[in-house]
Amino acid sequence: MSDRLILGIESSCDETGFGIVRLGPDGSLELLADEVASSVEEHARFGGVVPEVASRAHLEALVPTMRRALDTAKVELSDIHSIAVTAGPGLAGALLVGVSAAKAYAAALGKPLYGVNHLAGHVAADTLQHGPLPQRCLALLVSGGHSQLLLVEGGLANSITEIGSTVDDAAGEAYDKVARLLDLPYPGGPPIDKLAKTGNGCAIAFPRGLTGPRDAKYDFSFSGLKTSVARWVERAERAGEEIPLADVAASFQEAVADVLTAKAIRAAKDLDVGTLVISGGVAANSRLSGLAAERCAEAGIELRVPRPRLCTDNGAMIAALGAHLVAAGAKPSSMDISTNPGLPVGTVQIF
Amino acid sequence: MLVLAVDTATPAVTAGVVELAPDSPPRLLAKRVTLNAKAHGELLTPHITDSLAEAGRTFADLDAIVVGAGPGPFTGLRVGLATAAALGQALNRPVYPVATTDAIAKDAASGHPLLVATDARRREVYWAAYDAAGRRTDGPHVERPQDLAGKLPALGVHQATGEGAEIYAEVLGLELLEAKHPSPEGLVAAAAAEVLAKARPAALTPLYLRRPDAVEPTGRKRVTRA
Ligand SMILES: [Zn+2]
Repeated sequence: MSDRLILGIESSCDETGFGIVRLGPDGSLELLADEVASSVEEHARFGGVVPEVASRAHLEALVPTMRRALDTAKVELSDIHSIAVTAGPGLAGALLVGVSAAKAYAAALGKPLYGVNHLAGHVAADTLQHGPLPQRCLALLVSGGHSQLLLVEGGLANSITEIGSTVDDAAGEAYDKVARLLDLPYPGGPPIDKLAKTGNGCAIAFPRGLTGPRDAKYDFSFSGLKTSVARWVERAERAGEEIPLADVAASFQEAVADVLTAKAIRAAKDLDVGTLVISGGVAANSRLSGLAAERCAEAGIELRVPRPRLCTDNGAMIAALGAHLVAAGAKPSSMDISTNPGLPVGTVQIF
Repeated sequence: MLVLAVDTATPAVTAGVVELAPDSPPRLLAKRVTLNAKAHGELLTPHITDSLAEAGRTFADLDAIVVGAGPGPFTGLRVGLATAAALGQALNRPVYPVATTDAIAKDAASGHPLLVATDARRREVYWAAYDAAGRRTDGPHVERPQDLAGKLPALGVHQATGEGAEIYAEVLGLELLEAKHPSPEGLVAAAAAEVLAKARPAALTPLYLRRPDAVEPTGRKRVTRA
C-alpha cells in the first residue's frame, strides 16, 4: 500500500487547526503541515475563552487556514485520503464549525470522515515526534481545558481509560486565575512560568490538593490552591507587606507541578507502566517538564513530552489520530454524526 | 446552470439542487428540508448528498453554491456557512451569500410591500422590509416585535411573512402570507443575477446582528506591582 495523506481539523476551543500527516505503508507518520489560527487575543480582555467569539473566529479562519496547510504540505485537496475532525469534547458552537466543514470537505471529495476525540488527539500528537507508543503507556493531559491521567493500551485506536481527572478547575485555568490575581496577562501559563524562574518555589507552602491518605489517588483539584494563593496575597496586602510576586508565582507553580508529577508517577508505578507522555498546553511549562524529568529518571520511567507546538491544540494531532485509526482499519464515521461537547475520553471515535 | 442552495438560519435545515437559466425562474430538481432547530449540524451534509442523488447529479456538476447568510441564531447559522465555504473550496466553485429574509421575500412574491420577520428567539424578531418589486428597503434588523409594530406605518407594509411574523401576528397586526422558511428556489432567486453574471461573490459574512454575550470581568482583585 502506498502513502496516504490524512487531513486533521481541530476547532474545539480557540484554535482553528488544519494539519496534514503522511501515513506510510509501514504505519510511520510524517508531519507535512500544521497550520493554526488562534483567537486567543480576542479573549484576553475577558480573561478566558468566550465561546461565541471563538466560534465566529473559527468560521472566518476555516478556508484560509486550510489553504495554508495545503500550500505548506505542497499538496492539493484531491490528494487527501481521509479527513479526521475533532467531534468532542469542547465548546459546542466551536466544534460545530469544524465538523460542518469536515463533512462538507469529505462529501465533496468523496473521502472517508473520522469524527474523533480531542483528548486522544493530544496523546497522538506525541507519536508525530517520538514514533509509535509502547503497548501500554500513561498520558498526563494538562491544559486550560483539561487535566487528565489516561491509560493507553494497545495503541490509540484500541483502548483509552481515564484513571484520574480534575474534580474542579483544569490546571491551565488555575494558571489563568492566579495570573489575573498577580496582574499578569492572559493566558496565565507563560507569564507565571517566566516570573517563577526568578522566585523561590519553596518560599510559600501552598496546599497540594487531594493528596491526603483518603483522597482519590489519581484525581486533581486546583480550586483550593487558587483560593489559597488569593488568601495569601490578601493577607499580605492587609498587613501592608510588599508582595513577593516571583515567590508567589514560583510557589504556586511548584504546587501544581508537584501534584501533577507525583500523581502521574504514582499511577505509573501502581499500574506498572514504563512510559509517561505529557501533553496539552501546560506541558510546555518549564517546571512541570523539569520536575517530571527528574522524577521519571528516579523511578526509571521513560518520559515523552512533544515539542510545545504539538502540545497546544492543533490540526496535526487530529490528523495523527486519524492516521492511527486509518492504519488500524477503523470504519469511517457516518455523515450525520453529532458533535459531543462532553465526549468521554474512552470514546476515541464517533460513528 | 446547476446551483446548490443551503440555509440554516431558521429552524429548517434546507438543501436543494436548482436549475438556473436566464429569463426563467429557478427550477427545483430536488430538495431535502427538515424542521429541527437542533439538527443543522447533523443533517445538512446528508441533505445535500441526498438532494444531489435524487436530482441524478454529482458535486462535480455544480456551477455555484448559494447560502443563506442569516440573520439567524448564531450556532445553527454557522453550519450553513461553514458547509458552503468548505464545499466551495473543495469544488473550486463560487459561493454566493444571500440574506435569508431576501429568499423568503422571493418565495412570498406578493407583488405588494412586504415585511419578512423570522424568529430571533429572546422575544425578538429579525426583520427586513421589501417594496412591491421585491427590493429590500430596510433591514435586516433585530428588534422586539412591539417596537417593530410602531414602525410599520412608516414602512408602508400591510403583509408579512416568516415564522417571526406568525409568532407575533397579534402584535404586528399584518396580513400573514405563507412562507415560513427559505426555499432552495427562493435562495437561488435572491442570488440569480450574480450567479448568472458569474460575479465575484461577496465575503461569506454571517448576518449576526447581535454582539456575542461576553462581559469583561470587573472588580478584579489585583495586587500592586512591586
Ligand atoms: Zn486541548
